Amino acid sequence: MSLLTTLARLEAVRSGRAEPLATVRHRHLSDRPMVLVPLTAAGESGAPLAVLLGTDREAPRLHLVPQPLNRTLRSDFLAGLAADLLPYLESFAEDVEQIEGSEKDPETGEKTQVFRELCADAPQLIVPNGAGVRHLALIGRSTRFRRTAEDADPGPYPAPVRVPLLGRWLTHFTDRAQVPGSSLLLPMTSLLARHWATGQSHLEDQHLAARLAWHRPPPGLTGAEAAELAESARDDAGQLLHPPAGPATDPRFDEAVLAPAITRYDSAAGALRHAAEQGDEAAAERARAAVRAAVGQLEEALTAVLLPTWRDVWYGLDLLRALPPAGHLEERWTGDRWSFTGHRDRLAAGEPPQPRQDDAVTAARKLAQREREQARLDVQEALDDPLAMAEHRLAGEAFSGVVTEVVPDWDTTGRSPKPRPLVTLRTTDRPHADLGREAHRVWGSSRPEGGAGPSAQKAEIVAVDPVGGTVTLRVLSGMGRRKEPEPGSLPEPGEAVTFTLFELTVRQSAPLPEPDDTPWTHGGPPGAAPVPAPSTSEEWE
Amino acid sequence: MNVSTNVPPGGSAEPLAQRLAELRGPAPQRSLNARSLAALAANPGCHRRAVLDAAGVDKSALAARLGRPAPFGQSPFAIARGVIFESRLKADDYAALLEPLRHHLGVPADGHAPLEVPDLLQRSGPAVRADRTAQALARAAADPDAWTLLDHPLLRLDVAGGTSYLEPDALVVHGGRCTVVEIKSFPVLDGSADPAKVGAAARQAAVYVLALQRAAAAAAGVPLSDDPYTEQRLPGSPRTSVLLVCPKDFGNRPTAVAVDVRRELATTRRQLSRMTGIGRLLEALPPDAGFDLACDEAGAPARTAEQLTASVEAVPAAYSPDCLSTCELGFHCRARARRDDRVEQLGRGVRGELGSIRTVAEALAAAGTKAEDLAGTDDGTDDDTDGGAEDAAERLAYAAALRAEALAAGAPA
Repeated sequence: MSLLTTLARLEAVRSGRAEPLATVRHRHLSDRPMVLVPLTAAGESGAPLAVLLGTDREAPRLHLVPQPLNRTLRSDFLAGLAADLLPYLESFAEDVEQIEGSEKDPETGEKTQVFRELCADAPQLIVPNGAGVRHLALIGRSTRFRRTAEDADPGPYPAPVRVPLLGRWLTHFTDRAQVPGSSLLLPMTSLLARHWATGQSHLEDQHLAARLAWHRPPPGLTGAEAAELAESARDDAGQLLHPPAGPATDPRFDEAVLAPAITRYDSAAGALRHAAEQGDEAAAERARAAVRAAVGQLEEALTAVLLPTWRDVWYGLDLLRALPPAGHLEERWTGDRWSFTGHRDRLAAGEPPQPRQDDAVTAARKLAQREREQARLDVQEALDDPLAMAEHRLAGEAFSGVVTEVVPDWDTTGRSPKPRPLVTLRTTDRPHADLGREAHRVWGSSRPEGGAGPSAQKAEIVAVDPVGGTVTLRVLSGMGRRKEPEPGSLPEPGEAVTFTLFELTVRQSAPLPEPDDTPWTHGGPPGAAPVPAPSTSEEWE
Repeated sequence: MNVSTNVPPGGSAEPLAQRLAELRGPAPQRSLNARSLAALAANPGCHRRAVLDAAGVDKSALAARLGRPAPFGQSPFAIARGVIFESRLKADDYAALLEPLRHHLGVPADGHAPLEVPDLLQRSGPAVRADRTAQALARAAADPDAWTLLDHPLLRLDVAGGTSYLEPDALVVHGGRCTVVEIKSFPVLDGSADPAKVGAAARQAAVYVLALQRAAAAAAGVPLSDDPYTEQRLPGSPRTSVLLVCPKDFGNRPTAVAVDVRRELATTRRQLSRMTGIGRLLEALPPDAGFDLACDEAGAPARTAEQLTASVEAVPAAYSPDCLSTCELGFHCRARARRDDRVEQLGRGVRGELGSIRTVAEALAAAGTKAEDLAGTDDGTDDDTDGGAEDAAERLAYAAALRAEALAAGAPA
């Protein structure tokens, strides 16, 4: 956390409301996001209890497991979830555009033109918090290796047909969520934290309702007071007025509401089994009605604890949509679309599910990708948002100022003289500007849209006067090929300019070997290691 | 599971213990179990917690009386899950538990040296059980070839003038040394587990290891090593790696992982040594302070909420937002931090960032200062006395100027 964020938090303490941390929206928001609010059964790692989901805020759909320990009921739940979620994901797979690219023939080295399909849009899942992402990852992990009745050896407990597919998609989405700046799967608390500061700690910000309380405190209350009410206010029955966003439920809800409701379901289901064994049709009919009633009660109780969070997530989306989109959103979302398209193609090609643990090369690739994307995100956010650039200025990695003087000068060491003008600017910033250090000019809003704008401009710091607040730079590039700089390529005296001490494009890292060429230091090619057979016994018991 | 009871030293009129008992009032002393001892280590600078824990005050009840009850609770499902997992491990003469232990410690398969499971008199009082555990441990340690499993032993640990009884899940004794076995119901998934939960388990196990180390040193008549990182190889002394037994993946099959707890052990020792300095904290208390939560027959409380609040306020706290998840008084201390406008309410990191600036008002005042004014104060004479605050204030003013400029630039035209 930087001092600027701290300052925003201090201001929020004083104002009693959330304060902006960004002037634009830094994450892509789909027009048709799927909001997913999951709940888990306490004590059972990743065992699903219920999920409320949908793309229409007025029409959420509830899926639940009436007895979380029953594997058949859990399979039914997962099948229902797959039948609900997969059509949404697959609806984005059809509409594609052709992207032109070139491919090098490995033998002749000749470049040939190729076209690759890129899905025109991609799905987007929104969950309330980071724990929700981890919960989806656990469901993905527990289902993607399951065998179904369609497999050659289905095992004693075959899963419904589409469940492993659901697991593979969830694994892909949760994996992609690790990539900085990606937007396929987003937790609402992180989205809000990127764009607003509250007057409480990051720890307390994990509580979605408490966090949102800072955005809309009821009249007469400060954000802190409203947040405390969201955290701890209870009704006469001792139940939280605003249940936690999950996936864990409030222990007192488990004790007073959920446990009795599950017990009612168990006894009704037991009576039904008994009646079926006895062949007593009338009793069975009564028991079926009791089971339906018990499920109805569970639905009612779970909907009641899920709906507040459901509304919160949509309210959060409203807040975020009110911000203008950042300039580089399209570019990053295209990366997400490639990611979605790539997984679609892997599924279509019949590739096996993602392994439990990545092999050395894949892991190194993922790490390199995340580091590269983090660097790219940092640069793009700084270019898109003066508040993000202010972080770099505060850190001494960038400086803004007004040009006071431009002195033409030339480098005459070569055959023809090259322009190397000196630009002096007055700044209140205190950059770590060592003499000779490279600086990169940030083209502000004056830069025209598209590729026709001025090219990247590099400069070298030649003089710094901290007392007078001036920095002098020698411009090295971006002025055309002639003796005189291209008109408009140099700032005029009186113009405000910004330079960074970091590069504005992210360098590609060195290529990694193919998995089959993994060096022995990293375990050798993955094929050498035995692949553990996906087990059917590995289930919650 | 941690069932433990604190018993004041029998009949001794130690002034410290007596003073603590007075503070607590007639209520039964709240046990300091491994979990609460481990939680103390999370915030060693908090005098409030140290005093209340040493006095054995029921902090949950106290928090409720102060108007901000602790939000903690455990789901019946989670408890049931833990009980079922442990009972499965111990079914059929510990068959399921032995499988991972065999893998890690080399417990022989049945037949060579059978595992002995002495009766530890589970139904007796804590003092009897602790004595029995000590005997059983000594006997088991005397025979290096034997394999002994102590199921729910009871260990003694003297803390701040009182005796705490701690109950690890199991101890395995072989080769004259013992290993703490901690059974947890969170899973190890594809070889890794939730680091927060593993950390909590390690801190808890470190308390057991410390109790065993002290007992072994006392039995051997040697002082406990000063360096918490050295392992004293005394008869019956514990290994500093404990065994964590958890369900593997999504099933109920157990898996055991050795966890090195030396770092946690060092923290716990440092924390407990501070707790013995509790006397100094008590001296600073006003004479009328007290945490008596009892009510008389008519239901009238011995102390009003205002008196309790004043007593709690008399002991300084070191609030940080982490307290909300570990300490029963977290919500109370947070409300106080907010009322006093203290910067700790935003987190520990913020406190460090702002140097000697302690309140939100001071910080915002510094942020509102114009850069020129600051330049003027640089010539002041009190530079060396208040240099930290000056520096932080200057950075805040700079940050505020940048923030204002960026917000103005980013505002829609």
